[in-house]
Amino acid sequence: MYILVVGGGKVGYFLSLALLSEGHEVLIIEQDSNKCKVIAEDLGSVVMRGDGCEIRTLEDAGANRADLLVAVTHRDEVNLVACQAAKHRFGVKRTIARISNPKNEALFKLLGIDVTISSTNLILEHIEEKLPAHSMSHLLTLEDGNLEIVEVNVLSDSLVAGKKVSDIVLPAKSLICLIINTAKGAQVPTGSSIVGAGDHIIAVTQPEHEAELRAALTGQTG
Amino acid sequence: MKIVIMGCGRVGGLLAGMLDEAGHQVTVIDVDSWSFRWLPRSFNGKALVGDGTDVETLRTAGIEEADAFVTTTQGDNRNVMAAQAAKHIFKVPKVVCRIYDPLREELYKSLGLETMSPTKIGANVLMNIVLGKGG
Repeated sequence: MYILVVGGGKVGYFLSLALLSEGHEVLIIEQDSNKCKVIAEDLGSVVMRGDGCEIRTLEDAGANRADLLVAVTHRDEVNLVACQAAKHRFGVKRTIARISNPKNEALFKLLGIDVTISSTNLILEHIEEKLPAHSMSHLLTLEDGNLEIVEVNVLSDSLVAGKKVSDIVLPAKSLICLIINTAKGAQVPTGSSIVGAGDHIIAVTQPEHEAELRAALTGQTG
Repeated sequence: MKIVIMGCGRVGGLLAGMLDEAGHQVTVIDVDSWSFRWLPRSFNGKALVGDGTDVETLRTAGIEEADAFVTTTQGDNRNVMAAQAAKHIFKVPKVVCRIYDPLREELYKSLGLETMSPTKIGANVLMNIVLGKGG
């Protein structure tokens, strides 16, 4: 694949190193001449000095034959514009943007950026998994279906502890697909299955219903 | 009209003052309170310190009730990002985005933003003056 990497900072550098070792053709677009020099010395002639948001720079970089553009600068707005220019001006099929402000994720998705990576959210999710106060954690996001798979730990004071599955009122587009009990193991529930304290629930929901699902299963609104 | 302006430089400050004097309800946002010196002394609108590319700041500025949103920061990319948030998330009826780079302006115009490139306009005016065709 021909991959354009916008931003030659730490993330861009190590990302390109990995992509090159996998045999991909990579070009890093970086504004800072010192960073360009270091990259050229370390990785060879895989760097071009320029602004990845400039149409002309992208043209010179051969964006019209690129399979993928990854924008990993530390500025969300730069990453957005680089991805939009690549997509709409040069027909690049797939764009990936790094995001610093997690609130920008929705906007980027709305504007057609294929994948957004929020390091802030990634770290937060790992912290949440370790905290009992946050009893719901993300397991997987299915980009195409706008669905996510979440895990809920049923605490003893949870709203659903001791309830039948059929008595639990779930938000729209949400489904309990698995109940994991330490003694009985994982079970696909029926309406009459009972959720016990200490069980883990694996559920499918949509990002917009996540908060409601959290409230329905744990009683927490935050 | 309720109007939110992002970026209080020479242009943003002047525009805010003009709209305020014309009787509109103006809120101007800038990351640096020092920029509000560009507002006229008579300015009666609101001046808010914050980053307009952050949707929470836009909410605080009253974007949800705004009739118009104008971006006039020095950064094309910031302007483009905030303008798209105003248009697509908050559905502001009138969104105007300043973009210095003429090529980027063309791109975002083709994507449906109402754009203005001072570079293009300035160069055209200067050319007409140089060639004696009037300003």
